Amino acid sequence: MYISVTRDKCSGCGVCIASCPYDAIVMHEDRARITELCQLCRACLSVCPEGAISEVEDGVVRKEKGQGRGVWVFAEQRSGRLAGVSLELLGAGRRLADKLGAELSAVLLGNVERGAQELICWGADRVYLCDDPAMDTFNDEPYANVLSELIAQYKPEIVLAGATAIGRSFFPRVAARLHTGLTADCTSLDIEESTGNLLQVRPAFGGNIMATILCPHSRPQMATVRPRVMKAAEYQDDKKGEVIPVKPVKITSSTRVTETVMEVSEVAVNLQDANIIVAGGRGAGGEKGFKLLFELAETLDGSVAASRAAVDEGWIPYRHQVGQTGKTVGPKVYIACGISGAVQHIVGMQSSDIIIAINRNPEAPIFSIATYGIVGDMFEVVPMMIKKIREIKGL
Amino acid sequence: MKIVVCVKQVPDTAEVRINPETNTLVRDGVPSIINPYDLHAVEAALQIREAAGGEVTTLTMGPPQAENALRETVSMGVDRAVLLTDRLFAGSDTWATAYTLYKGIEHLGADIILCGKQAIDGDTAQVGPEIAEFFGMPHIAYVRKIVEVGNDRIVVQRLMDDGFDVVESSLPVLLTVVREINVPRLPSLKGKMAAKKAGILKLSAADLKAEEENLGLKGSPTQVKNIFAPEAKANRKVLSGSMEDNVAQLVNELVEMKCI
Ligand SMILES: Cc1cc2nc3c(=O)[nH]c(=O)nc-3n(C[C@H](O)[C@H](O)[C@H](O)COP(=O)(O)OP(=O)(O)OC[C@H]3O[C@@H](n4cnc5c(N)ncnc54)[C@H](O)[C@@H]3O)c2cc1C
Ligand SMILES: Nc1ncnc2c1ncn2[C@@H]1O[C@H](COP(=O)(O)O)[C@@H](O)[C@H]1O
Repeated sequence: MYISVTRDKCSGCGVCIASCPYDAIVMHEDRARITELCQLCRACLSVCPEGAISEVEDGVVRKEKGQGRGVWVFAEQRSGRLAGVSLELLGAGRRLADKLGAELSAVLLGNVERGAQELICWGADRVYLCDDPAMDTFNDEPYANVLSELIAQYKPEIVLAGATAIGRSFFPRVAARLHTGLTADCTSLDIEESTGNLLQVRPAFGGNIMATILCPHSRPQMATVRPRVMKAAEYQDDKKGEVIPVKPVKITSSTRVTETVMEVSEVAVNLQDANIIVAGGRGAGGEKGFKLLFELAETLDGSVAASRAAVDEGWIPYRHQVGQTGKTVGPKVYIACGISGAVQHIVGMQSSDIIIAINRNPEAPIFSIATYGIVGDMFEVVPMMIKKIREIKGL
Repeated sequence: MKIVVCVKQVPDTAEVRINPETNTLVRDGVPSIINPYDLHAVEAALQIREAAGGEVTTLTMGPPQAENALRETVSMGVDRAVLLTDRLFAGSDTWATAYTLYKGIEHLGADIILCGKQAIDGDTAQVGPEIAEFFGMPHIAYVRKIVEVGNDRIVVQRLMDDGFDVVESSLPVLLTVVREINVPRLPSLKGKMAAKKAGILKLSAADLKAEEENLGLKGSPTQVKNIFAPEAKANRKVLSGSMEDNVAQLVNELVEMKCI
C-alpha cells in the first residue's frame, strides 16, 4: 500500500501539507506530492477537499494469518499479589470471548495467595498455571519463554496483558519472537463485525489523537491494556473452570533481581482507590491554593491530585500528578480546580464518573468534558463549597 | 566497550492537535525534535564511556532529514552517527523498526544498547525490548539508575509500578531509560563545530543484508485503521446562576450522589 495524489483532482490548496505529521507532502508544480518521508499514517486521506488523495494497493502478498482460537489474558502478580489490572483484563477478555463465542483463559506465572481459582471466579474458563519458584520474581526472558511456548502450543486468537511496567517490558519480546503485532496501551477493545478482527484503540502523539489499530494478517493479536479503563466482570463465587499446570521451559535468565524496593506511597494508593479526588493546576497559584484544596478534600474524605504544571512549579510532589505522564484515576467525582484541561491531563482522569470543573476562563477546554462547570475564581468558589459542606455535615 | 544508542526524530507532539470537525492532524509548523527520552539515553551512554571507556554510536532509522537529529547527538559528544535510510523502510511498525535497527546494530557491533523508554509520537515503548529479542540478548526496561558497569556485568535500578528493582545482567544487554536517570548535557561549542563536519554513515537495506519481507509495511503486522480526536463527555452543564446558587446546586448533587 502507498499513498498517492491524483494530479487531475488536486487543486493545489495545500491543506494536506499542514495535516502531515511527518512533513512528507510538498507542493510540486502547483500540485501536492507525497515524498519518501511518508510513513503511511493516513492522516492526509480525509483532509483533501477534492478527494484527490487515496491509498493504492500495490498487490503486496501477505502471509496467511494462521488460525487461532480463544482469548487469553496474562494475570500479573508481584510478590504473590494479583495486580488490579488483571481483573480488568478478565472483564474485557470475557466480553471479547463472548462476542467471538470463544473461551477465556488466564495465564498465571508464579502464584497468588488465593490461587488460580480466584481468576476463574473473575471470569476465566481456564487457567494455565506455571507455579514454579523461577516465576515468582519477574525476569523478562523466562516470562517470555514460557508464554511464547504456551501460545505456540495452544494458538490463541487474542492475548492481552496490562500496560504495566511488567506487561510492557516482556510482551514485546513475545510479539517479536512470534512475528505478530502488538498494540501498546489500549484504552478500548472490540471485535470488528465484518472480519472478526480485534479493533484496538489507543492514544498516540501524546494523547492528542486516538488511533484504531488492526493486526489483520498475523495471530495471535496482542495488546497491552491501560490500567483502570476497563471494567472488571462480576465476581462469581461458584464459577467452575479448569486449571492446567504448566511445566516451565527455558527458565534460565541473564538478568537477576537482587533487591525489590516497594515505594508505594499512601498517596498513590489513595489516588487510585479514591472515590473523590480534588485536583489543582496552575490556577491554584501556589502552596496556599493547594492548602485550600486539601481542606476541601478533607471535608469530602477525598484525595488531592494535581496537573503537571502544578507539579513542575513545585507546589506538590510528583506522586500526585494525574495524566499521561502521571497516574490514571477513575473516581466517582473528580473536581478540577484551576486546570485548563490539556489532553495530557484529560487522558488520566476522563473515566471519572462525574467531572466538576472550576475555572476562571469560560473558554478553558476542561469545560468541554466537565459534567458540571463553574466559571469562577477557585479562591472564591472552593471556600464557599467547604463552608456549605461543613454546614450540611453539621461541623 | 561499544555502546549503540537508538535515537528517533519525532514531531514535537506537545504541539500536534487534531481538528475535531475534520478528524485530521493540525501540524502547521510543528518542529521535529530528538525524542526527549533518547537524549537521556545518549547522556547515559556518554557517562558510561567516561567511566569505563569505549565508543558511543548513535543510530537512527528514518528519512534523510533524520540526519539533523544525528548531528545534534554528535554535538553532545558521541563518536559516530549512523543513519539507516531506504524507501523500503517506510511504513514500519514497531516490529519492522526493531528488525531494521537490529540488523543495523548487528552490522556495527555492541556490548550495550541504549534506547529511550518510548518515542513520544507512538508512545509504544516496544522497539527496545523487541530489538533485544531479535538478538536473543537480555534487556532491562525503565532503567532509572545505572549502579555499576563492569566488563561483563551491569547493575541497574529498574522502575516498577510499585517501586523499583535492583537488577543485574550479563553483557551484551539492552537498556531502555526513563527521564529520572540523568539530565542530558547541552552541546558544547567544540561539539557544535564537530557536528557540522561529522560524516554520517548511511546504510541501506542492501547494506544491512536485511530480508525484504521483514521491512517496512510488508514486515509490519499492525495497521492503522483510522485516527480520530479524543471524545468529549456528554451531559455537560455549565452552572450559570449566581455563585451562591451554583455552589449550592453543586453541593446538592454531591449529597444526592452520597458523597457527603
Ligand atoms: C509529553 C507530555 C506529557 C504530559 N503529561 C502530563 C500529565 O501527565 N499530566 C498533566 O496534567 N499534564 C501533562 N502535560 C502537560 C499538559 O500539556 C499541560 O501543560 C498541563 O496539564 C497544564 O496544567 P494546568 O491545566 O494546571 O495549567 P494551565 O494550562 O496553565 O491552566 C491553568 C488554568 O487555571 C485557570 N485559573 C487560573 N487562575 C484561576 C483561579 N484563581 N481560579 C480558577 N481558575 C483559575 C486558568 O484559566 C487556566 O485554565 C504533558 C505534556 C506533554 C508534552
Ligand atoms: N526509527 C527509529 N530509529 C531509532 N531508534 C528508534 C526508532 N524508533 C524507536 N526507536 C528507539 O526505541 C525507543 C522506543 O520507541 P517506541 O517503541 O516507538 O516507543 C525510542 O526511544 C528509541 O530509542
